[in-house]
Order: sequence, then structure tokens, then C-alpha cells
Amino acid sequence: MSLEVRFFASLREQVGVSEITLDAASIKTVEDVWQLATNGQAIPDNTLCAINMDYVRLDASVKDGDEVAFFPPVSGGSV
Amino acid sequence: MSAELRGEAFEPTTELQAFEARLDAGKYGACVSFVGSMRDFNAGDDVSAMSLEHYPKMTLQFLETICEEAKSRWDILDCLIIHRYGDLQPSDPIVLTAAWSAHRHEAFEACRYLIEELKTRAPFWKKETTESGERWVHDAPSTPDS
Repeated sequence: MSLEVRFFASLREQVGVSEITLDAASIKTVEDVWQLATNGQAIPDNTLCAINMDYVRLDASVKDGDEVAFFPPVSGGSV
Repeated sequence: MSAELRGEAFEPTTELQAFEARLDAGKYGACVSFVGSMRDFNAGDDVSAMSLEHYPKMTLQFLETICEEAKSRWDILDCLIIHRYGDLQPSDPIVLTAAWSAHRHEAFEACRYLIEELKTRAPFWKKETTESGERWVHDAPSTPDS
């Protein structure tokens, strides 16, 4: 299975990379992706994740070719 | 319907007039718009600059989705979102949302929906520059769909 993994904002700085490709047969969920991509770092509270641009939970299943993204709570707009 | 991301400064009044010129004159009786701009203060500190990061494909897709949702939920003629990314200075416009309808109620509701959905769920992240350095602003924890 091959996956594109992306990190944004403070998570990108924490992990130290913005984008990587993972190739591993053992990956089943988004949480597996995080563990492999970060060498087992703890997932910060309130981390959001997306598969192919849709919000998902950490236990969501991934499939070959997916783009998986991790990011902190959003702070768009201005009110 | 239009959702745009801009890497350069924009002038909201000019954008509203340009978009409105493409609509059928006489078909709408109300336009409601919201402009969010950069403050020079936040959380008790002076803020001198801000960098706005986004997830290009997901952010644009999200903005287009909430425009479609607004059009399906309220009887509006059209709606518009323009959102900045990149480096901003205090007073720079960050976001413009607008809706046009025959009567005011639908335009108010749709415009509010656009900015509230954008604020709580659109993938943007702000990094502020203060006297003590740079910091990320994660001011609205969001709950993802299952």
C-alpha cells in the first residue's frame, strides 16, 4: 500500500516534515499512518485528520493511493 | 456561486461590485456581506503581522461545498466567498462572504452560514507575530465528521 501523508501548521513543525510517501502493507487506519510517519510520536490532543480532503476520525480505514493529512484545530476567517 | 483563495490583498467593495455586475439586475432585492479583517491585537498582545496557511485542495473544496449548501438551504440568487492566505498586515481584509436574495431574510441567513461554517471548519491556520515572537492561533477546536 502506498499513501501520501501531509502535515500542516504546528504539526508540520513538530513532525519536521510537510509531506512524505509511505509504502507498507501493515497500515490499516489513519492512526497507523500517524505512527509510521512520525516514528511513534504521541498524537497531540485535538489533532484533526482527513482522507482525500474529507474529515475523518483516527480509526478510519485507509486504502492504497489515499492522501492522508494531519493538522491542528483550524483558525480561519475572522469574527 | 464563487469561492476563491487569494494570495494577494483584495478590496472587498470592489469585489462585491464586480460580482454583483454579473447578476441579473432586478432579480435580487438584498445583498448581505461580511468582511473579516486582521486585528492588531489578540489574547492581550499586540500583533504586528500574520501568516495564514491553508491546505489548498481541501480548503477550496470546503469553500465550494458550503456555497452549495447555502444555495440549497436558502432561496438565494447567488453567493460569494473570497479568502486570503499568505502574509497579512493589520487591517488587511482576510475574508469576504456575501449572499444575494429577493428578500433580506435569506441573504442574512446564508451569509451568516457561510462565515460561521468557514470559521469553524475550513482548514486555515494563523501564525501571529507578537513582541515575544511567533505563535500559532488555534482558537476554535473543531469536531470532525465521522
